[in-house]
Amino acid sequence: MLDRRNFLKSSMGAGAVAIAASCGILTPISVSAAWNKAAFEAKTMDVSGATASDAIKIKAPDIAENGAVVPVTISTTIADAESISIYTEKNGTPLTAVFNFGDMTEAYASTRIKMGKTSNVVAVVNAAGKQYKAHKEVKVTIGGCGG
Amino acid sequence: MAQIDRRDFIKIMGLGATATAVSGLMSKQLVAGSNVQTRPKGFYSLPVKGGVKKGNVRILHLTDVHGQLNPVYFREPNVNLGVGDAYNRPPHVVGKKLLKAMGLKENTPESYVYTYLNFEKDSKRYGKTGGFPQIKTLLDSLRAEAGGRQNTLTIDGGDLWQGSGTALWTRGVDMVEASNILGVDVMVGHWEFTYKENEVLSNVALFKGDFIGQNVRVKEDSLMSDTYATFVEKYDGSGLYDEDSGHAFRPYVIKEVNGARICIIGQAFPRTGNANPQEFFPDWSFGLREEDMKELVAQIKEDEKPDAIVLLSHNGMDVDIKMAERVPGLNAVFGGHTHDGMPKPVKVKNVDGHTCLVTNAGSNGKYIGVMDFDIQKGKLNSIDYHMLPIISNWLKPDPEMSAYIKQMRSQKYTKDIVESRRKDAFYNPKRLGKSFEEILSEKLAIADRNLYRRGNFMGTWDQIICNALREEYGADVAMSAGVRWGTTTLKGDWITMEDVMTQCALTYGETYVSEMTGKDLMSVLEGVADNLFDPDPYLQSGGDMVRVGGMDYSIDPSQKIYFRITDAKLDNGHVIEPNTRYKVAGWATVNRTPKGRLIWDVVRDYILRNKDTDNILYLPKINHPTLINVNHNPGIADYPGKSS
Amino acid sequence: MAKNSIKIRAKLKGDVVTVKALIKHPMETGLRKNKKTGKMIPAHFIQNIMCENNGKSVMNAEWGASVSKNPYLSFKFKGSNKGDTFKLTWTDNTGKTESNEVKIK
Repeated sequence: MLDRRNFLKSSMGAGAVAIAASCGILTPISVSAAWNKAAFEAKTMDVSGATASDAIKIKAPDIAENGAVVPVTISTTIADAESISIYTEKNGTPLTAVFNFGDMTEAYASTRIKMGKTSNVVAVVNAAGKQYKAHKEVKVTIGGCGG
Repeated sequence: MAQIDRRDFIKIMGLGATATAVSGLMSKQLVAGSNVQTRPKGFYSLPVKGGVKKGNVRILHLTDVHGQLNPVYFREPNVNLGVGDAYNRPPHVVGKKLLKAMGLKENTPESYVYTYLNFEKDSKRYGKTGGFPQIKTLLDSLRAEAGGRQNTLTIDGGDLWQGSGTALWTRGVDMVEASNILGVDVMVGHWEFTYKENEVLSNVALFKGDFIGQNVRVKEDSLMSDTYATFVEKYDGSGLYDEDSGHAFRPYVIKEVNGARICIIGQAFPRTGNANPQEFFPDWSFGLREEDMKELVAQIKEDEKPDAIVLLSHNGMDVDIKMAERVPGLNAVFGGHTHDGMPKPVKVKNVDGHTCLVTNAGSNGKYIGVMDFDIQKGKLNSIDYHMLPIISNWLKPDPEMSAYIKQMRSQKYTKDIVESRRKDAFYNPKRLGKSFEEILSEKLAIADRNLYRRGNFMGTWDQIICNALREEYGADVAMSAGVRWGTTTLKGDWITMEDVMTQCALTYGETYVSEMTGKDLMSVLEGVADNLFDPDPYLQSGGDMVRVGGMDYSIDPSQKIYFRITDAKLDNGHVIEPNTRYKVAGWATVNRTPKGRLIWDVVRDYILRNKDTDNILYLPKINHPTLINVNHNPGIADYPGKSS
Repeated sequence: MAKNSIKIRAKLKGDVVTVKALIKHPMETGLRKNKKTGKMIPAHFIQNIMCENNGKSVMNAEWGASVSKNPYLSFKFKGSNKGDTFKLTWTDNTGKTESNEVKIK
């Protein structure tokens, strides 16, 4: 079973790196978690500090059925992954969500995000003090009837 | 079918069919005239290579019938441009080039059924194509040649339940019943989902085969609500195949046929949620789901150990080719959606270096794809593919099917009909009390030219629809979706209400007029063009360009989005200005229900109003867009507009 | 009492618990106009998610307003047993917080 203290410590460890790349992180303030205001309100995405990795899998539709509800699932086989951050590159504030894992939690997160227009969905994984990234484009388009 | 009990309805129809089957056997005369071509000897004979033995499996495939139970004319396209990797690759080769690519000759039955060449003459010589009574006869003969039905599987690639007046008025039930008589074992869907969820599930329950699809998923919200679980209980849980994976329907089936284990995976149209109103299927989500497909194939190989795995797909041919490359483990893809009658399969080398055959069996019941598997001791020795066109006069109609169709069409149009999303337009009082047959056989006018839709750009049937919309609303411009269904009416033939319904029948046929800026109008055109000409097939919709009446424009398919459309001007010469507002009419909106009359009534009235004293409907102008940078492309020939 | 805004399913399969949760929340970005009044609808979205198994944290998340309305969340963890109590708590930007718990099935 995960020890809560250790969990928070480990997230903090990754945090120092995360801040540099403006990834949201978990900073423990009393029992309730904090919210990385600066990162979530940033108008641009900077993930230049992360290394591109094939070990991150982004499951998202090629074409959104509804831009307001785009299902996104991120998973990775990178060892010791501590957190997954999701960015929607073309959104006004790209950082969309950050998931911080305990050491018994799989590096897997699934949620649904809003997309105003066609954009890359970028996933950044923090693992053992390093950052890895991958992206997938999701097209937001008009109907287009078929055969 | 709001009020009457659907099951009772079927019972009535079924009973009638049996009763008539005994007494009345139609005998169809060949079309009169000296030019009529008779069936070459052995045209429909297709014995299993080397004689039938254990391990021989014959799969019979039809797709995209679009509600056409009776024989029809269907002109194949002269514009079907391929972009990116699809350039010069079937199906994006038309006319003489297609014949050459397929090893066929001009002035043959094959050139009539696979190309638009000599259509005017050949349609008279060979007559109509398709028809369920004729298909049934051929299927039975192909089954017999394979040693009996038990050695075969009959599969349908979807778009079966929509596309005719009777399919609309029976909410697809007429086609479900017909497919049961035909003996369809497995099917997938697309337009099937444009009935309401309860109607879809009821139709699935009536269907005697398996309705499958790995990419139809129950939305998370619905999975976690009790309402959906309670709802599907009424249909024996159909619609909630697997609560954990979210599969609404069975993703695949394993069939034991003549000593072999065949796996059929289903793939519904991935873009159903984009192309059709989501209000009809609020609980379901679609999508390509390639990752899931890869995992599924791997899991099937591991757990089920089938002798062959085939995909029954409504992806469209370019998407099928890409998927066959990227998903290892598929032996063949039976494709539909893009309505490409391809007499030979495309051999695709997949990422593992194995070959997968990708086929497409066209539309409107015009062809049957026949794939023979020879499987010995768990090893797939060979796959043989043939396509047989249904030249209706050359096949004796099956009496049971004929009787069923006749009976079904003798049903009366009642107040229980639902032909609109709007309550005030559920049924049309003017049609009350008439039989489907009476309504549909109404003669409206005589065609001044061949009327067709299929092709990347404007068709002559589309022009009638656009003209009708413009006249109805006094609109500058009319838009009509570039769907690929809709058959052909021959020059000099009567245009009937049946023809109008075949062009228009869908469950959301309400029309609209609205004001649009020139800029918005252009961005609609650009968006649709991108669905057609994005070089990545996964980002294409498999439809054709939106039809625009009252306006001409130029298009360069090789450009990127927002750079393809230029030089747009109204019929009166007025150049489309970005900030000027235009009156635009249209139909078949997916995200709202407009207040206008239903499109088939708009079109019918337009035709009646505009025919001359000799009953001929003249089309003064066809808005063929000007095509740029296409003349080198083997996907275009004999274009009636300007092209370079 | 009002119906809980959180629906949770937590299923143990093998040694892995899969959690699926659905939360009723408007997730307003603050960038949308009320069509009737023409006024901007103030931002109102969940910022924090805390997930605990038998009182011990297994996952927490920070969200921005780009997470869809009525958010959905799924993740997986090990080390749990059937009958354990799984608890999810959310806190939004207005300081409102709510939680719900289920037994691991």
